[in-house]
Amino acid sequence: MARAVTGQRKMINTLAAWSVGLLIFFPILWTILTSFKSEAQAIANPPVFFLFDWTLENYSAVQERSNYSKFLWNSIIIAGGSTLLGVLIAVPAAWSMAFVPGKRTKDILLWMLSTKMLPAVGVLYPIYLGFVKAGLLDTRVGLVIVMMLINLPIIVWMLYTYFREIPSEILEAARMDGATLRDEIIHVLTPMAIPGIASTLLLNFILAWNEAFWTLNLTAAKAAPLTAFIASYSSPEGLFFAKLSAASTMAIAPILILGWFSQKQLVRGLTFGAVK
Amino acid sequence: MGQIVLKKVQKKFDDVEVIPPLDLTIEDGEFTVFVGPSGCGKSTLLRLIAGLEDVTAGSIEIDGKEAADLPPAKRGLSMVFQSYALYPHMSVRKNIAFPLKMAKMDSAEIKKRVEAAAEVLNLTSYLDRRPGQLSGGQRQRVAIGRSIVREPSAFLFDEPLSNLDAALRVGMRMEISELHKRLDTTMVYVTHDQVEAMTMADKIVVLQAGVVEQVGSPLDLYHSPKNKFVAGFIGSPKMNLIEGDEAKKHNAQTIGIRPEHIAVADGNGEWSGVVGVSEHLGSDTFFHVHDTGLADMITVRVEGDVGLKYGDKINLSPRQDLIHKFDQQGDRIV
Amino acid sequence: MAPAVFLLLVWMLVPLITTLFFSFKKYLPLRGDELGKGLDWVGFENYSRFLNSSSFWPSVQTTLLIVGSVLVITVVLGVLLALLLDQPMWGQGIVRILIISPFFVMPTVSALVWKNMFMDSNYGLFAHLWRFFGAEPVQWLSQSSIESIIMIVSWQWLPFATLILLTAIQSLDSEQLEASEMDGAPVLKRFWYIILPHLGRAITVVILIQTIFLLAVFAEIFVTTGGAFGSRTLTYLIFQRVLESQNVGLGSAGGVYAIILANIVALFLMRIVGKNLDQ
Repeated sequence: MARAVTGQRKMINTLAAWSVGLLIFFPILWTILTSFKSEAQAIANPPVFFLFDWTLENYSAVQERSNYSKFLWNSIIIAGGSTLLGVLIAVPAAWSMAFVPGKRTKDILLWMLSTKMLPAVGVLYPIYLGFVKAGLLDTRVGLVIVMMLINLPIIVWMLYTYFREIPSEILEAARMDGATLRDEIIHVLTPMAIPGIASTLLLNFILAWNEAFWTLNLTAAKAAPLTAFIASYSSPEGLFFAKLSAASTMAIAPILILGWFSQKQLVRGLTFGAVK
Repeated sequence: MGQIVLKKVQKKFDDVEVIPPLDLTIEDGEFTVFVGPSGCGKSTLLRLIAGLEDVTAGSIEIDGKEAADLPPAKRGLSMVFQSYALYPHMSVRKNIAFPLKMAKMDSAEIKKRVEAAAEVLNLTSYLDRRPGQLSGGQRQRVAIGRSIVREPSAFLFDEPLSNLDAALRVGMRMEISELHKRLDTTMVYVTHDQVEAMTMADKIVVLQAGVVEQVGSPLDLYHSPKNKFVAGFIGSPKMNLIEGDEAKKHNAQTIGIRPEHIAVADGNGEWSGVVGVSEHLGSDTFFHVHDTGLADMITVRVEGDVGLKYGDKINLSPRQDLIHKFDQQGDRIV
Repeated sequence: MAPAVFLLLVWMLVPLITTLFFSFKKYLPLRGDELGKGLDWVGFENYSRFLNSSSFWPSVQTTLLIVGSVLVITVVLGVLLALLLDQPMWGQGIVRILIISPFFVMPTVSALVWKNMFMDSNYGLFAHLWRFFGAEPVQWLSQSSIESIIMIVSWQWLPFATLILLTAIQSLDSEQLEASEMDGAPVLKRFWYIILPHLGRAITVVILIQTIFLLAVFAEIFVTTGGAFGSRTLTYLIFQRVLESQNVGLGSAGGVYAIILANIVALFLMRIVGKNLDQ
């Protein structure tokens, strides 16, 4: 039985938690606010919070200067393509490991996870060289493949933990009810697996979207996604806070919103089921 | 029709023989209960009949047709699982309709049957809910509904009541028994609870370590258990088993006497001891009697209430005609 | 299962073997070395040169300092935040969203925002704040580059630690806490003897997973200091050797060191995850 908490106590908790929450969120909030300021207001001292002339000019300036939509499109293709491809490859693997596990299943799962821990920098040059040789450098196809491979272990793991939660009695019930293997997959397994597949897609889309080692090192002008778009603002001539903020807001907004929806699945996906 | 005949049915998992070759006949319309302690192979046996496990050797005939090689759905049986195994993404209506849909029945007929089943099981007002929104007892009824719409030749139940609380369990027990009377279809029911077995069965099959210890009606098993195991397993509270000198007096290795067959004597009973814990049920009282020199503890059942307290001396007299005798192998001496 | 296993096997083995191969070769593409012409075998020279170069030990120290500090900060603050969030309050869902948000911000964005809008010594918010209190603004990224990077990376990873620890706290059986309360344990003792041990596994998982990601921290340095002012980590050093100075042999030897380091951590993480798999 939970005990009744006094209103005062709850008030203090609320105040404390909201203060900490806002403090942590502040850099993001500040960035979003600044993106609507003029450059002069952006660096004003004392800083202005809400009482400034809201403007959208930074957004159009950013689009003009760096062609935001091209980078956005690259990000969507790379993150989306690699995630879809990864799930397509991982579903059969996770499926067979969850429903017909063999003696080596556990070893294979752990080994897959271990590939994720290989430091990227250790294999940077071979991959780089391979990309040059195969003509994949600065192409979206190349990035899709690399991102897919990087996230494949996590995808397999997440799907595996979701599939394993489908009780085998349900599959047996379907067999008793006269379902063929095809019926079983269409009417029972797939509908039950869809929530798990959806959250796997979501989390991996986010991870691929934010990945900033391979995207920075394997792309240049053509296939660069938003991570590289933002990195281009790090040069000193880019010291325009309002435009930087607008660019940043545009780069993070889509994923921030997706992230808020996926936060419940985040823990399980990122700890490989070790924390539930 | 639903006669099930097992001949020399054997099951091995790898090299472990969980069911040694076994013969058993379940008659059409009979309510048969497989009962035994956990791990005795009763669920495996049910799953062999269902076709969810393959037999290692032997034959299973359903209605005179060999079925051991048929897939589960072709055997004309339906099954209710311990966890109910409802499809969580389907409404109650769709759950119950699923086997009919799989059988490609036309939708008007499906609707008619589903509604008839819902009527019987008091589910009509829940037809459009999901299983997650139902109570344990309601889910149980949906699972039963799903199995009756197919009009199978026999129903299989795998410990269907073990996830329900005590009060609900008694209610569902009645409902299943009544369903059996109404449908008059063969039912095979697995449980570890001997009370369920005694109250529901026409025929009880007592299993231990994959071996059939005894087959018979509840009262057969109660009055003439074939061996010590069945004697100890059937009946509540358990039969008292006594070894040593007292047993030798009856020319037996072990004698057994049920708690309800021992009377409290006023003066000098044959046995005496000290009262330990007593359990007062109102209608009856169970005394645990110690220091009898017969066994660690003798349980005695007395009707109503008797004014005996912890530590009181007690004299007992067993009904000589109701003493069961067992030989060295534990088998009944007739 | 086969296609996924095969792909990962290729993905892991081919580059790994190539890196190992390069690490024993002299390979300077800018000075005319080419794969096609064959490379000179130099034995362990790359390994010893990497180890003995003047940048190696500082980079290891920087790496350890950054990883260690971020771990301490995120775990300690994470436990406190998780405890706070576990209390009854109004708007818990919204606070959760506020706190988790930095995790979804791409590393290049968070590095740039911190670098310019907070740490810029003329116009950054911190500079304004320092001046407000009459202090001289700090040249964050040149004078305290490591501290700055620790701050940025901690901000990125604190949400992760908090969320996992909160999940773990919420799985604690409240009857256990009530039992200890009945046994007369005061609040601090309850935290120390019941809550903290319960969090043990989650903390270990947080430490191991973060270590793996933190060892590979790249974009935050790339964007802020470019490895200058003593902020060069092992990862960054290898990156510079391979791509900036194009000494592939030397960089590959460094890569092998990094792989060994990561594998030591990975071994412990695997044990925990593996145990969990048996349940």
